[in-house]
Amino acid sequence: MFNYPEILDTYFSRFSLSSNFCIFFRLSFVYFAQFLRSLRLVFWSLFCVGITTAVAAQPNFQGIGRPATAAEVKAWDIDVRPDFKGLPKGQGTVSRGETVWEAQCASCHGSFAESNEVFTPLVGYTTARDVQTGRVASLQRSADAPTRTSMMKVSQLSTLWDYISRAMPWTAPKSLSADDVYAVTAYMLHLANVVPADYTLSDSNIADTQKRIPNRLGMHTAHAMWPGKELKGSLKPDVQGSTCTQNCVLEAKVTSFIPDYARDAHGNLAEQSRTMGGSRGAVTLNTVKSTSESTFLEQKPATLPVNNAQVATKNIANMISKADASGAEKSVIKYADVSPILQKFACAACHSVDTRLVGPSFQDIVRKQRARSDAAAYLASKIKAGGQGVYGQIPMPAQQISDPDAHKIVAWILQGANK
Amino acid sequence: MMRCTHNQDTKFDPIVMTTMRNNRFLQAAPEGFLSAEQIQSVHAGRRGFMAGAFASAMVVAGTARGQSNLVSGDGDPNILNLPGHSKSLGQGVAARGYGVPSVHEKNLQRRESPGLTRVSQAGVSFAPLQGLFGIITPNGLHFERHHQGWWDIEPDKHRLMVNGSDATMLKKPMVFTMDELMRLPSVSRMHFIECGANTGMEWGNVAVPTVQYTHGMLSCCEFTGVPLRTLLDMCGADYRRGRFVLAEGADGSSMTRTIPMGLIESGEVIVAYGQNGEMLRPENGYPLRLVVPGVQGVSWVKYLRRIELGDMPYAAKDETIHYVDLMPDGQHRQYTSVQEVKSVITSPSGGQVLLDKGFHNVTGLAWSGRGKVRKVDVSTDGGRNWKAARLESPVLSKCLTRFNFDWSWGGKPALLLSRAVDDTGHIQPTYTELRKVRGTRSIYHNNAIQTWLISESGEVKNVQLS
Repeated sequence: MFNYPEILDTYFSRFSLSSNFCIFFRLSFVYFAQFLRSLRLVFWSLFCVGITTAVAAQPNFQGIGRPATAAEVKAWDIDVRPDFKGLPKGQGTVSRGETVWEAQCASCHGSFAESNEVFTPLVGYTTARDVQTGRVASLQRSADAPTRTSMMKVSQLSTLWDYISRAMPWTAPKSLSADDVYAVTAYMLHLANVVPADYTLSDSNIADTQKRIPNRLGMHTAHAMWPGKELKGSLKPDVQGSTCTQNCVLEAKVTSFIPDYARDAHGNLAEQSRTMGGSRGAVTLNTVKSTSESTFLEQKPATLPVNNAQVATKNIANMISKADASGAEKSVIKYADVSPILQKFACAACHSVDTRLVGPSFQDIVRKQRARSDAAAYLASKIKAGGQGVYGQIPMPAQQISDPDAHKIVAWILQGANK
Repeated sequence: MMRCTHNQDTKFDPIVMTTMRNNRFLQAAPEGFLSAEQIQSVHAGRRGFMAGAFASAMVVAGTARGQSNLVSGDGDPNILNLPGHSKSLGQGVAARGYGVPSVHEKNLQRRESPGLTRVSQAGVSFAPLQGLFGIITPNGLHFERHHQGWWDIEPDKHRLMVNGSDATMLKKPMVFTMDELMRLPSVSRMHFIECGANTGMEWGNVAVPTVQYTHGMLSCCEFTGVPLRTLLDMCGADYRRGRFVLAEGADGSSMTRTIPMGLIESGEVIVAYGQNGEMLRPENGYPLRLVVPGVQGVSWVKYLRRIELGDMPYAAKDETIHYVDLMPDGQHRQYTSVQEVKSVITSPSGGQVLLDKGFHNVTGLAWSGRGKVRKVDVSTDGGRNWKAARLESPVLSKCLTRFNFDWSWGGKPALLLSRAVDDTGHIQPTYTELRKVRGTRSIYHNNAIQTWLISESGEVKNVQLS
């Protein structure tokens, strides 16, 4: 797509440069008759523009920049491309990788690259079948993996090598030798069961190893979001809205909003808005009851004004029904209500209300997760899918628990996990 | 000590305290906002008036002004009693060599979203769009995204290298100092920068309360620098073979991204050092960053140290592991770069409370990574009816456009939406339209229509419709 201002910029910069030359030419014609002068000016101006456009695309920026030396290019040109151009010679074993990993990587990423403490887990949820097919099955259904690990997503082995080499370890980037980068990469691949424990990754077998990357075929560029034709994508955007302006089909329901208990998840909004103008920030400190939700719910649809009645009625009915459906979130859940569930699913074997057993206490969970705006959904999914790494390295197994039971536990936790 | 030192804290500033006490909305609220009780009482009082049988025009006007009972006797004490600043000497020039905002503007800060990232060096801070005017983001409020922490780099020692992926891609690889780059012919252009993950928390459901967190990975500045094309020309680039450019940063992450050649050849991509009339801020890449108009922020490589011309895309970490769009079939879209047409109402917006019924200027921002904004429509009834908003000048390519819309709030619940169309005819989609194609599991490139619910109390809430 052309961008006219840029074209004009280029045009005018050429024109002004050439005008200096034109002054020279003008002097040669100073004795010509007056009536010819303007005509020739126009002619020579056009001629000069033509010359500079055709001959010199841009001026010679004398004195600016210098050739890079070979040593300088070698020092900085560290990228490794998907065809492995740029990869230095070297090799590293899984076993050496484990040693480097424990010393340099494990504190953030966990011994098995599974930790969720500091960063998203690097390895997990890929299978031997993925290695064969080149497509990570757990990406196809989110239920199959509670998180998306780097190994699930990465399509190019060059990416791992390049990134570890340029940016790791976190606090001392670019400090690993090439051999150690091979070794760490090999160890990660081994953790994901891509290569065996006795594997040595090297510049000579890395292209073959690429053929075992679990998600090597799980990507494409058939979209319209790369500007240009190089990636052979689509020219037409995949999603298009509507320009309807009157009596349009409504998305009739408010299906998502922030629940009352998460009102203060982003702090006191009153302190995040300007203190003049047509509005003020809402006071969302946890001691203050929502003014909107309660006012809103108390209104009966029949009392609403006519002009907004349709949308507002749907809206309010919708919010009321939502509140009813999730009544567990509104009413106080007592420990006696959830205790039978905690016993039934053996939660209590690992979690107590206020002291840490095998897993975190319920009140630890309150403290750590309450600020999340999606705390309810997050905790419910954690109960159902299990997890590891948030509170330590002992995994919690997935639970075969019904949604209502899981939500009841979560509601009780988010109300403070009181006995 | 000069008096300005006292101004650092409003609680101890007698003028501020006086102003607050006398403000009809802000009686005895030292933090400068209405308390919940005040909001309640204002609305309760007003509803009482409205319900009464004597709602004549005069009475309504008086009521609409709110706390008129605070004006007693001859009139407003703010007028009748001259304030200190009208009766004494103010401060001298250059009391602050680099000016800072009024102490009353402290609430507008870049902020993190709790729980979004766990390490601040690889975190995000959001720009407070709810309080910004026009289209330019003040440099100190520009959103931040760092991949391995930010630096204030010594400009004397910063170098830019341009090289090729092989020996014939360029006639000569070159090195430039900042001095040299700043001697070259420069251009200044206004462009938006939006993180590809902006609004990413909202793909599946409402997750954050205000426009700062829903849309605040968005900023817009006038950038000054040298078109990258100029540098590639100086190096004798082979544009026939070299169709991809790698940009690389000098920080610990040495961020890399593949830059589209089309935008370089058009002269749009700039090697920039200037930001809103001054040098780039350290958080934004001082002394040199790439500006890639219309493309997601991750490609605007900060602390730019190297440009490589090559013949294939580079599969950088932020191209195969992050900044990939997960589609419903489990496939990733790679190299999704353009930020598509999008808009959002910045006021009234989530987390605000309207002070009163009556006229409100609905204002917001619209933008497209493909060109100019052609039109913005606003709906106040949940999307049933739409009317065109006014586009304020300038309307520039790949730049924020400010829109305004007249609205009189009757005090009843309302759903406010805005919908942009760009000059390629691309229309901003609803969540339903977007999710139908892209599902809910992507993190990136959420350009759906935003809905704000105005509840009867005046409080604005972030909601999603379907």
